Amino acid sequence: MAVTATHVAPAPALDVERVRRDFPILERTVNGRPLVYLDSAASAQRPLAVLRAVERYETHCHANVHRGVHALSQAATDAYEGARERVRRFINAKSTREIIFTRGTTEGINLVAQAYARPRLGPGDEILITGLEHHANIVPWQMVRDQTGCTLKVAPIDRRGEVELDKFLAMLSPRTRLVAIAHVSNALGTVLPVKRMIDAAHAQGAVVLVDGAQAVPHSSVDVRALGCDFYAFSGHKLYGPTGIGVLYGREELLEAMPPWQGGGDMILTVSFEKTTYNELPWKFEAGTPNISGTIGLAAAMDYVESLGREAIAAHEQRLLEHATQELERMPGIEIIGTAHHKAAVLSFTLAGVHPHDLGTILDAEGVAIRTGHHCAMPVMTFFDIPATARASFGCYNTEAEVTRLAAALDKAREVFT
Amino acid sequence: MDLKELYRDVILDHNKRPRNFGRMEPCDAHAEGHNPLCGDRLTLYVRMKDDRIEDIRFEGKGCAISTASASLMTEAVKGKDRRTVNELYGRIHSLLTQQDAVPDASLGKLAALSGVREFPARVKCASLCWHTLSAALERSAAPVSTE
Repeated sequence: MAVTATHVAPAPALDVERVRRDFPILERTVNGRPLVYLDSAASAQRPLAVLRAVERYETHCHANVHRGVHALSQAATDAYEGARERVRRFINAKSTREIIFTRGTTEGINLVAQAYARPRLGPGDEILITGLEHHANIVPWQMVRDQTGCTLKVAPIDRRGEVELDKFLAMLSPRTRLVAIAHVSNALGTVLPVKRMIDAAHAQGAVVLVDGAQAVPHSSVDVRALGCDFYAFSGHKLYGPTGIGVLYGREELLEAMPPWQGGGDMILTVSFEKTTYNELPWKFEAGTPNISGTIGLAAAMDYVESLGREAIAAHEQRLLEHATQELERMPGIEIIGTAHHKAAVLSFTLAGVHPHDLGTILDAEGVAIRTGHHCAMPVMTFFDIPATARASFGCYNTEAEVTRLAAALDKAREVFT
Repeated sequence: MDLKELYRDVILDHNKRPRNFGRMEPCDAHAEGHNPLCGDRLTLYVRMKDDRIEDIRFEGKGCAISTASASLMTEAVKGKDRRTVNELYGRIHSLLTQQDAVPDASLGKLAALSGVREFPARVKCASLCWHTLSAALERSAAPVSTE
């Protein structure tokens, strides 16, 4: 029998028109024009598969989890724990004990700040973040700094919007106890070399949290290949519901951490003298969780994998390249964030037109973009601008929509000249 | 939704060439205004003579609506006493927020702001300078916020 060479098939191209039919909201008009939704980095739209999974759960299976012997409670518990297994597979965690459901990325980071960092850190210890972090990966560490007396250090970025890696590496030392970095910058689109940063931090004995809110929708994330200790992300940027997110933590670290919030479900026994805490992951899930949110999140992961994560990433990269070329040749446009490796986020300014005015004019043309500081005020300060306009792309965006964006920007320039 | 209603010529003109723009030193009072939503920031300086605003200037970075509104406001309140300024503020507030408000003739160029009410997300841009003026008149140097 002949031996054939292993053939690695390229990612199949996305059939965008078919994808768009999965998202009912894309059929609507805004201000009399077909909606062009370029704000997926703020919150992605949801496909019918997600909406129907949530509806099916709500209409057929809802009860509280882990509490009843009746059929519905068992069905809800199975669905909830099934969602946890779905998440485990999606990020390739070792065990479902490492998957904590949260309200979102922000809550995941706060959990690590309060339950991991706060009890361990003190004066002389250092937390290292970078200059492009979202407020959610800055403020929780400032709170820990103020609570413990540790030091918060910030690795600088350069004019391209990339972390200055040599400076980041030089700032690591045995005093560094925790490193908290974005996987992808929400304001600039920069993809950070997280694997290298994690390895370097580990070499100094530091624990690493990755804020994956903007990375999970645009790439395959394998927490074991990355080797990170904590990884936080949100459902609603991954075509899932709002109010649900995930914190991945390495089991031995989670095991050693005290609970964060106390209440039902996170306990085994309670008396007025003493309480014993539940096992992982429930130790960190006090109170009735967002059950339908986890169902929707699991359905979103199924959906994303049915399209193919590589196919989505390739499609978005094509859109990003096309949009970048379109905007670069427009007079007065300055692209903010020109890293070599970017995800589907395009931040820019237009000379003589404040981003807030741009947002209004584009909206009148049916084009939804984000304008403002993108919860990354230090990034705006670094570039000495009050705000940017940001177009971000998802699996459902098209080349024709990039053309609509460019035409709307022409219109904005017209209004202001 | 008609953009021409929002970006009228008077607004575009005052955005491009803001009147009374720059620092004032010395001044009797100044106040800082900040709209965290869009990053607009402005500092307002006033010099009083008795109960009247003898001179007023502003500086800062903002969108067209906030810049033009501040510029128009400085022109409108210069020489006015506190009571008149407060009354004007009340009428501007109605103009920006009430759908059926009809700009009366006494508003002058400020009437150009009436288009803002069709764009609820932008009302704060137009009112930031007025909040800030109130703060300055109270001789408070604490930053005010529209949030």
